[in-house]
Amino acid sequence: MKDQPVLDVRGLWKVFGPKPERAVGSTLSRQELKERTGCVAAVRDVSFAVRPGEVFVVMGLSGSGKSTLVRCLTRLIEPTAGEILFDGADIRKADERHLRELRRHRLAMVFQHFGLLPHRCVLDNVAYGLEIRGSGRAERYKRAREVLELVGLTGFENSYPDQLSGGMQQRVGLARALAVDPDLLLFDEPFSALDPLIRREMQNEVIRLHREVGKTMVFITHDLSEALKLGDRILIMRDGALVQMGTPDEVVGAPADDYVRDFVSDVPRSHVLTLRWVMRDALPEEPLDGPELDPDLVIRDAVRVVLSADRPVRVVRDGELLGVVTSAEILEMIAR
Amino acid sequence: MTTLSLTARVPARRYLLGAILAAWVLGHALLAGRDTLALGGAELTPLHEGANQAWDTVDDNRNSNPFFLYFFNYVRLILDESVRFVQALISQPSFGRPVPVLGWLGVVALAAAVTYIFGNIRVALLTVAGFVSFGLLGLWAESMDTLALTLTAVAYSLAVGIPLGIWAGLSGRFNRFVTPVLDFMQTMPTFVYLAPLTLFFLIGPASATIATMIYAIPPAIRITAHAIREVSPVTLEASASLGATAAQSLRQVRLPLARRTIVVGVNQTIMAALSMATIAALIDAPGLGKTVLKALQTLDIGAAFNAGLAIVIMAVVLDRATTAASRRVETRRRTGREISAFFRRVEVGGALGIAAVLGYLSYTYVWAAEFPAGADLGSYVRRAADAASLWVQDSLSGFTDALKNVITYGLLNPFESLLAGSPWWLVFAVGVSIAALVGGLRAAITAAVGLAALIGLGLWQDSMVTLASTLVATILVLALGVATGVWIGRSDRADAVLRPVLDAGQTMPAFVYLVPILGLFGPTRFTAIIAAVVFAAPVAIKLVAEGIRGVPPATVEAARSAGSSSWQLIGKVRLPMARASVALAANQGLIYVLSMVVVGGLVGAGALGYDVVAGFSQHQLRGKGLAAGLAIVVLGIVLDRVTRAAQVRTVRLGVIKED
Ligand SMILES: Nc1ncnc2c1ncn2[C@@H]1O[C@H](COP(=O)(O)OP(=O)(O)O)[C@@H](O)[C@H]1O
Ligand SMILES: [Mg+2]
Repeated sequence: MKDQPVLDVRGLWKVFGPKPERAVGSTLSRQELKERTGCVAAVRDVSFAVRPGEVFVVMGLSGSGKSTLVRCLTRLIEPTAGEILFDGADIRKADERHLRELRRHRLAMVFQHFGLLPHRCVLDNVAYGLEIRGSGRAERYKRAREVLELVGLTGFENSYPDQLSGGMQQRVGLARALAVDPDLLLFDEPFSALDPLIRREMQNEVIRLHREVGKTMVFITHDLSEALKLGDRILIMRDGALVQMGTPDEVVGAPADDYVRDFVSDVPRSHVLTLRWVMRDALPEEPLDGPELDPDLVIRDAVRVVLSADRPVRVVRDGELLGVVTSAEILEMIAR
Repeated sequence: MTTLSLTARVPARRYLLGAILAAWVLGHALLAGRDTLALGGAELTPLHEGANQAWDTVDDNRNSNPFFLYFFNYVRLILDESVRFVQALISQPSFGRPVPVLGWLGVVALAAAVTYIFGNIRVALLTVAGFVSFGLLGLWAESMDTLALTLTAVAYSLAVGIPLGIWAGLSGRFNRFVTPVLDFMQTMPTFVYLAPLTLFFLIGPASATIATMIYAIPPAIRITAHAIREVSPVTLEASASLGATAAQSLRQVRLPLARRTIVVGVNQTIMAALSMATIAALIDAPGLGKTVLKALQTLDIGAAFNAGLAIVIMAVVLDRATTAASRRVETRRRTGREISAFFRRVEVGGALGIAAVLGYLSYTYVWAAEFPAGADLGSYVRRAADAASLWVQDSLSGFTDALKNVITYGLLNPFESLLAGSPWWLVFAVGVSIAALVGGLRAAITAAVGLAALIGLGLWQDSMVTLASTLVATILVLALGVATGVWIGRSDRADAVLRPVLDAGQTMPAFVYLVPILGLFGPTRFTAIIAAVVFAAPVAIKLVAEGIRGVPPATVEAARSAGSSSWQLIGKVRLPMARASVALAANQGLIYVLSMVVVGGLVGAGALGYDVVAGFSQHQLRGKGLAAGLAIVVLGIVLDRVTRAAQVRTVRLGVIKED
């Protein structure tokens, strides 16, 4: 089950401009391409796979092509080349009706600027997706009320979007996406327009929802701390191309190039890296009866045990000794 | 104004322009009266006679030519019958009864119910007061005729305009196609298409309806398209991402979000239709316009004022009612849902119920059908207006005569003599060179072709006379526009006081301006000029004020901190920075002034305006009237193109200068 990805993207390109097909496969830089052909390669040769139940984060600076990428996934923007396999079938080959069915039942998106219908109350906004796919009135209101409770908006059914704060509006956006019970949720920088406190609260909300409903999510952000906090895996984009893909600790511990290194330089590494990243092989004379810790334990949470132990801490997974950690490694890591 | 700001920047241009004008004056002094291509009021050229004959041919074949049999006549029949049907409901004897289906009581009740349902209680009361006053002024039937024509034309205009507007809002391609067509419909002077319409649809309600539609459809299309296009792309994308079809997005996202703006478009359409429906009196449209027209022709100020007052009241009622309706669209969705749905049903049912009962009364009883004749305030109004006009003419004559003389002798006569009294080839050469100088090559070509067309139409001298008063009126409009616009642009208080007046001025049908001005100045070409100035001033003032307001406060502050006086601020900072708006005001002022030429013809302005008006009433002058209408259109196109080209240049020069 783990092996069959929900979404498998292969060699995806999106080029804006005249005769976009010509630019596909080009190795010119974005700037040069723009000068020679007048085309903008917003997404260039991106491949990745999203596993069931995973939160997959796409991160990059503004203009790096994240929004274009996520819109290509549901063909709100028509890709120029590549394959998008959703449950094994290529979305790009779907005809209009089939695509609409996919959007109505299996994919749902949350937008940076909410995109709520200002002339409808909260309940009708949340029920909108069900309405356009033809659900009856009673059924869709029942479902909408359930979802509103899930996102903590019970009591606001009859309010109108402009009577709500930004954070609450985005909860409505979230509820609208959840209401259709999709297999895959797409988020395009959903919290960038919110202020920091509310943003943190909403991130926790997403984590909670992910735990409760277990949806697969593709989450776009330009904020590294958000990416690290939410992502099971992170894809980093630059000028439309993939620069690195990996788990948060891989990205922080082994940046692929200077661009990523620059990105992660401010991250407190001990909050992200695990013991795996600092353990070393035991020396022959070292005592091996110290405390036992898991290799995936974040360093921050291991500090106390390691520093207070009078002998090396053993890193063990499934009874197998992977290495040891002492205060020396921890202190060196924190000092760096 | 455009040439002023232009020449200030490029000295060589200024000298050239000065040289051309000097040469013109010199040529005029030496050659005045020669080659002026004069044509007397009743004289015709072969072209005019040819047009007469063509018209007669059309008249003869109206019932045999397939185009007429299967198209024009059908359109005419449908429109005539539509108007007659509405008239039968509210204004004319109907279905064998001596009175309309709905008497005054029923109409008042229905109007009140409708404005209450779509607006609020306040506009409903205003509507009752307005409608009752039609009866009190003794103009019930005339007012209902005007209302019938207006409503029919509005219904057809919206039926055509809103779908086309939606289409233009959805399709960029269609939008690019209709925009120039609408531009043309709107820059075409309002009255010139009346005559050609009667050629195809005869005199009567059908032609009047079509003329009204030509005038009223553009705002409906434009505003609807704008509203549809303005809908937030984020919301549309969200809708698409949930799998909405194009039709669902249109019905559930675009239309609801555009509704408020579309209602604003309905308002504009209604006001335009009312304005045109009164003017269509020129081609025998029934209603208040005809009363005004007859009174103007017999110089009966009192009667003209009385009917003009009714038109103003109708304009105010229709404007307030539709404005309230567009507000309601906004507020309705704020109220809670379930409870208000019930109250709403009671409210609507109640209002319609009362209207139905009163309507039944007015169908059955004479007292509720015919407005009581005893309650006639009209004669008092007429007498009071007459007396006021006399008094004003007597006691203000010193002032009005002075004004009239200053403008007539100081501006109008010299202009007219220069334009109409010089040899045609001299004016032609001067016109083309000025166009080249201020607008460039293409403007010069337009001017040359246009002037040649005026000669070809056989109306050179009349055109020059009309051009002279048009230019004088435009200069006055611009002077007024800059002075008042700067004042409004700088002072919030002036803005608060004057803007409603300007708005009201713009919603008034062009006709009613004539009445008080006629009362002040009597029937002369000067009266026509002042009427045009009053008609065109609001738009010019607003444009200038907008430009002045658009000047960044930081710039003004910087200039003030550098020690500029108020006058320096205006002259050196605000007006130059608002250059583009002033140029636009000149352009729009010209168009508005030109559209009043025909109306001016009613009150003593000669030349093209008179030719058109005479063409309406005298059989043998129809061809000439047609040609005069064309000449007005040609003048409009030439002036529009040249001022626009000058405007583009002004802005470009300004940019270069500021770099
Ligand atoms: N419709 C479009 N036409 C042309 N260029 C576009 C269009 N949409 C996006 N782009 C360009 O594609 C690049 C990526 O944009 P986007 O996907 O919005 O980036 P991000 O979401 O990462 O900020 C940008 O350089 C942008 O200018
Ligand atoms: Mg983006």
